[in-house]
Amino acid sequence: MALTVLRRLGQTLFVLVGISVLVFLVFFATPGADPTARIAGRNASPETMARVRVEYGFDRPLPVQYARMMEKLFVTRDLTSYVNRGQKVVPEILEAAPVTLSLVSGAAAIWVVLSVAMGVTAAALRGGWVDRGLMMLGLVGISIPVFWLGQVVNLVTQSRYHDSWLFSWVPGLGYVPLTEDPLGWFRALVLPWLTLAVLFVGIYSRVLRADLVAVQSEDFMRTARAKGLSPARVLLVHGLRTSMITFVSLFGLDFAQLVGGGALLTEVVFGLQGVGRLTYQALSNLDLPLIMATVMYSAVFVVIANAVVDMLYLILDPRVRDGR
Amino acid sequence: MDGDMLLAVRDLTVALPVGGRLVPIVESVSFTLGTREILGIVGESGSGKSVTSLAIMGLIDVPGARITGSVRFRGRELVGLPPRAYRALRGREIAMIFQDPMTAFTPVYTVGRQIDEQIRAHQKISRADARARTVRLLGDMGVPDPERVAGRYPHQLSGGLRQRAMIAMALSCNPALLIADEPTTALDVTVQAQILDLLRVLRRDYGSSVLLITHDMGVVAETCDRTLVLYSGLVAERGPTGALFAQPAHPYTAALLDSIPPLHGLRPARLPSIPGSPPAPAERPAGCPFGPRCTHVHAACATRPPLVACGEQHVACVLPTEGHPLPPRRVPEMSA
Repeated sequence: MALTVLRRLGQTLFVLVGISVLVFLVFFATPGADPTARIAGRNASPETMARVRVEYGFDRPLPVQYARMMEKLFVTRDLTSYVNRGQKVVPEILEAAPVTLSLVSGAAAIWVVLSVAMGVTAAALRGGWVDRGLMMLGLVGISIPVFWLGQVVNLVTQSRYHDSWLFSWVPGLGYVPLTEDPLGWFRALVLPWLTLAVLFVGIYSRVLRADLVAVQSEDFMRTARAKGLSPARVLLVHGLRTSMITFVSLFGLDFAQLVGGGALLTEVVFGLQGVGRLTYQALSNLDLPLIMATVMYSAVFVVIANAVVDMLYLILDPRVRDGR
Repeated sequence: MDGDMLLAVRDLTVALPVGGRLVPIVESVSFTLGTREILGIVGESGSGKSVTSLAIMGLIDVPGARITGSVRFRGRELVGLPPRAYRALRGREIAMIFQDPMTAFTPVYTVGRQIDEQIRAHQKISRADARARTVRLLGDMGVPDPERVAGRYPHQLSGGLRQRAMIAMALSCNPALLIADEPTTALDVTVQAQILDLLRVLRRDYGSSVLLITHDMGVVAETCDRTLVLYSGLVAERGPTGALFAQPAHPYTAALLDSIPPLHGLRPARLPSIPGSPPAPAERPAGCPFGPRCTHVHAACATRPPLVACGEQHVACVLPTEGHPLPPRRVPEMSA
């Protein structure tokens, strides 16, 4: 078991290095683009150009340039933006990360609880009107674009009905750090959470229901019923527990891509300065250092989340535990 | 007359919805099972043996299925029994073991935990007591090092061990009736023999009656007191195993017996087989269902033959009443 974990960590590290090399090559070693000129800025004096070239190692071979870049990203953390001169990239990301993490974690908690409740209920009452109603609701959730839903939520809670008793507690758009004001943090985020969660509640409840229905025809479910267990116990202890294996892998990937910047639309609609929004800005300005940093950050999360999912597999599925 | 019988099934008909209409999968099956008796139900796949057993267990949950007739277990009617009462019976008084022990255990729990679960579903005892009983049961089933096996996951055990664990689980609440649905089909021949031995021992040590469902005439000959031959959801013949093997009264039974390779003497280059395949339940002919494949078919077979007594057996065939019963078989050494 310990060996498995270690090996997995090694693989994770390897993948991360691979991604960083790839991203570096794409953004800095593309033929025809001179990164020195971009970093030094327009009309820079030859002295400035020379200084930048030496600082980033652009006059040296590629491996050195790569090492320099990684050093500036992870060790000295003084990589600066092309666009906002003097703005350091790494602190900017570190500032945006808690916003995104807060947004996504809260939404994830909501969507896991709701989708498990909906999926299990629908599977238990399969074929009935409750089942059909819940699945229809899930489909509606999947079909609603998140930016539209967010705008409607804002329209209702921020302007139209803001002064009514129902929504007077809703604060203005923006983020409140958890450490400063926990209640304010919660109030600022609860609507973005729900908005972001709607799509995933739809997907996850439908996937879980389908999985539970498929599991129903398994031999071990028949055995469980032949043992004289109650239907609830058969469904939850034997069915849901087995279906959780699929659920967890799906969850890990979605969670990671959202934390890595996939919650862009929700962040924009609710005025949250998160990683998604930062990535968007970097791309629209072609701010190479910032792009490099945000892509690395997002890759780190996806890879770590994958590793965590694999660990969870080991806990959830004894067959995997022995397989490696 | 069914008073001392443990299980009396009469005119059991199970109809399942196929393509919008109810099709009788099993039709008017009747048999009885005495205490400490082993009854074999034989038939090809699709003959309705598994459906019969699932109906007795109350495990047919296809929406729209209709079960009619009567299943009396210890004098209690099971057809139409409310789900809660059925649940108390299942696993406790009637237990079942399934064909494929690989897939019959939930893969994510240890074998011991799953046996504990059944014990604790029916009795109020502590976790530790349940585990002690689990380990003892596994030991009784001939599982070496039962304590360790109880802590293992299903995929970590061999097929034979898994089936022993399955039987241990079925016996955990001392059921009066054990339904074994092809318990040896997925196993090696040597392990098969061990499991069959075990089933015979059960009757002695646990006093259980066994309903053994199989397609293997050899298994029946070795294990069962009485035999019921199903063909296309209908009873073809039933009677004491010895008599049925020595002088089958139904051409289908005779054909089944002929297709067993002989243990002694000259082996035929090619075993006789029955041409054709059994009709699908929806296309069952109005007359004798075996008619289209039968070498003795004639005009009288166009109406469905009733079950009549013939020697020690009951048979659904017109030949005995017409005065031309089948001759005794030449090789009687199979009837152990």
